[in-house]
Amino acid sequence: MSGRVNDFTLKLATANGTGSASANTLLMKAIFRMGVPVMGKNYFPSNIQGLPTWYEIRVTESGDLTRSGVVHFMVAMNAETFAKDHAEVAAGGYLLYDSSWPRGRELNRDDIHIIGVPLAEMVNHHFTDARTRILMKNIAYVGALAALLDLDMQVIEDSLKETFGEKKARLVDANMQAAGLGYTYAKQHYDCPLPIRVKRTNLTDGHIVIDGNTTAALGAMFAGATVGAWYPITPSTSLMDAFKGFCETYRRNDKGEREFTVIQAEDELAAIGMVMGAGWMGARAFTPTSGPGISLMNEFISFGYYTEIPAVIFDVQRVGPSTGMPTRTQQADLTECAYAGHGDTRHICLYPADPGEAFELTIRAFDLAEHFQTPVFVVSDLDIGMNEWMVPELKWDENYRPDRGKVLSAGELEQLPGRFGRYLDPDQDGIPFRTLPGVHPAGAFFTRGSGHSKHGIYTEDAAEYQEVMDRLGRKFDTARRHVPPPQIEYVHPASKGGRKRARPTKCAIVSLGSCDVAVREARKKLLAGGTELDYCRIRAFPFTSELEDFIREHETVFVVEQNRDAQLRGMLLMETDADRDRLVSILHYNGLPIASSHVEEAVLTYLDKGQVA
Amino acid sequence: MTFMKKPAVHHSALPVNGLGYTVRDYEGGMSTLCAGCGHDSITAALIQACWELDIEPHRVAKMSGIGCSSKTPAYFLSQAHGINAVHGRMPSIATGANAANRELTYIGVSGDGDSLSIGFGQFAHAIRRNVDMLYMIENNGVYGLTKGQFSASADIGTRAKKCEINEQPPIEPVLTALSLGCTFVARSFSGDKEQLVTLIKAALRHRGFAMIDVISPCVAFNDHEGSTKSYAHTRAFYHPAIHTDFIEPKAEIRAEYAKGAAMPVKLHDGSTIVLRKVDVDHDPTDRARAFAYLERHREAHEIVTGLLYVEEEGRDLHSLNQTVPESLVATRLHDDQPAILEQVQKRYR
Repeated sequence: MSGRVNDFTLKLATANGTGSASANTLLMKAIFRMGVPVMGKNYFPSNIQGLPTWYEIRVTESGDLTRSGVVHFMVAMNAETFAKDHAEVAAGGYLLYDSSWPRGRELNRDDIHIIGVPLAEMVNHHFTDARTRILMKNIAYVGALAALLDLDMQVIEDSLKETFGEKKARLVDANMQAAGLGYTYAKQHYDCPLPIRVKRTNLTDGHIVIDGNTTAALGAMFAGATVGAWYPITPSTSLMDAFKGFCETYRRNDKGEREFTVIQAEDELAAIGMVMGAGWMGARAFTPTSGPGISLMNEFISFGYYTEIPAVIFDVQRVGPSTGMPTRTQQADLTECAYAGHGDTRHICLYPADPGEAFELTIRAFDLAEHFQTPVFVVSDLDIGMNEWMVPELKWDENYRPDRGKVLSAGELEQLPGRFGRYLDPDQDGIPFRTLPGVHPAGAFFTRGSGHSKHGIYTEDAAEYQEVMDRLGRKFDTARRHVPPPQIEYVHPASKGGRKRARPTKCAIVSLGSCDVAVREARKKLLAGGTELDYCRIRAFPFTSELEDFIREHETVFVVEQNRDAQLRGMLLMETDADRDRLVSILHYNGLPIASSHVEEAVLTYLDKGQVA
Repeated sequence: MTFMKKPAVHHSALPVNGLGYTVRDYEGGMSTLCAGCGHDSITAALIQACWELDIEPHRVAKMSGIGCSSKTPAYFLSQAHGINAVHGRMPSIATGANAANRELTYIGVSGDGDSLSIGFGQFAHAIRRNVDMLYMIENNGVYGLTKGQFSASADIGTRAKKCEINEQPPIEPVLTALSLGCTFVARSFSGDKEQLVTLIKAALRHRGFAMIDVISPCVAFNDHEGSTKSYAHTRAFYHPAIHTDFIEPKAEIRAEYAKGAAMPVKLHDGSTIVLRKVDVDHDPTDRARAFAYLERHREAHEIVTGLLYVEEEGRDLHSLNQTVPESLVATRLHDDQPAILEQVQKRYR
């Protein structure tokens, strides 16, 4: 492997609970602060301490913030997985290991460079406390990598200072000593820096490094949500933790009283019930959860759909079925969310592609939920929610005003000619007017999940029941025109003035959510090899007419998604007039985020052999 | 069941309360329950209590789950919003609604199937959070709408209409609530309106979770000989432990109760309940003694009624959360959102 400056993947294999996560984040942040675009992915176990964990850092000047599928540099710190980690390094790549213990026979590859650093030995010699020794070993490899990869030690020190603050300043010294041990050893024993290294640029200006649960939490606060209810579940937990954290700082009045209520419910059934109660009362309320939580919430989601109560539900998807792999990623709740609940139910779903979009679409979700008086899903996943992404700084539109939907005020109720009817359709858009409890006696009605007429009155009458169901269908059709449209990229786009229309390629890709970065890199590489692919990224359900047109104008449409059963393709066949034979699935569902190489290879195989695998 | 609107008949002679409303202004739709159902008497008691307390009808939120009892919120306070949740999940709806708007009065109506079987967890956790609400369990020991199965509150040895005998021990709402730390625990009987109205008034004024377990016989499936939730059985074993008087803040407490037997308890809004013991060995402010007393009488098959335990100093959901005093229905958008976003993002650079 010749020089790879600002273009390589570094993978760190450690055991969880040893403090390696903070060391790895420190490493990633240092690269980001040197102005080089970087991707960080954490593959961690569902465990507190002792099981294997990996952190993958892609240094990518070209800005391909996705898994490439190749590892150029492995830091193999975990004896348990050493053989596998050793085997994973690409030919010509590097392996750094703790040479405190001999690994003669295991190091049996002559096509990679081996770098031994006696980390444990040096750290044990320098520090006395047992826990400190474990923690500092990680910082020592950060130091060694700083020398080998040419990272700026000053940037590392500044990051440590920020982490520990004034109060724990002495920890900065200890950490810098540990880093120094690794740094000095590497300098003395190896030809530093290596041809594979980081070079300072300014490509990260105007960007932040943040995870999607944090941005979703920010979105919820900025949208004015006041009630949150939840039951802890990986990988959604940090969303509510972040919401609470932000609100503790920014949503207390002068007396320190909270302008929000967060309730940790006894289970997901109660969490969604609380959200329904708050939504019925008129507050902006939400619950973050994952697939198993959605399963439990189904009865109430059906209730919310039929009684028309706004609610925002975050599904930070993890690997199913059942408990599955709670700390791995997948997009296998697409149909679960879109059709949650018994009876004829369909829900508005939004599919963010990264943490930046998670912020924007969370705000949209609250507006749509109230505009359409219905539960709305933000369908995220573990990769977006828990991994740290480099994204452009979040922007706030000062003209933003929450869309609270059709709510009658006391004054409007006073002047209402005739009786208020909860489920009428005066505007012929399927959206009725609602009233909030406690506002005015004329607005009173009884919300019921049992059959009701357009006046909200209990009914078992065939025509009255059907009238409401038909109007709910119309409401969903109206939503089609209000949800965010797909993002479409043509290889040969329309001319600026619109005089020339876009010329569609023969084949195209349709995808959604966190597949986006992998699809983008794959398209770029395929295009370089002469394969042109237009691209449509779906951002919402119900599907819009733009998507149907896009499918129609392409001969072959690869549907890229991260589940086994081709759920998105199934939804496309059910919800649009798409021709079955045109839609070719590219699937990835092993729990790791989809790599660009997977998409690229699948497309090439299909074009060559007429099938994907 | 269909909704039937009651004809509006105005009797000029009807007395008005402090808001100028007659008791008719607190009524709802026509009941579709069976003639003689205990639940209808409870509805009447609720109407009476709200009228007597001068509660603005539209400032009440009525909520229920699924079952015969859960139909009743349609039969009172037609000027108030009501919500029929899914089976057993009214406590979570009430918790969320109350979290969003603490300014309203919350009345939850549930049954023994709704609270003690499918919704047992939510019932327990609403008590644990001390949600400020009146929580009525209209307890008849039987599933009415599905035609006569035993519920979790059915006593050992009670006989179903089809002659089946229940051999599993009951889940007893009063003892359950006491052990969970409920701050207002009462039991009553749908056939004792005087006691029930007073208890409902005290419960509505109590800040925190006020549970009233009301024995409410099911005339269709559980009012026969051999049933322990029938009118006849309840009357025979009825044992008021304590007499409760409710006194409005403005009224003067008359000192006519014999010393030692009368116990005034001041409620948060300034009103007072005066408890007069019928049994001297019952202390409604001592949880452990109340528990022991109730257990003793339960063994003797007596149905002890009255305000059995009360704790006015308990902190409710909002005092624990230190929520602002007003409702959270309005979105809380601040003028300085761009500055806040800027400040937050510094951490992620």
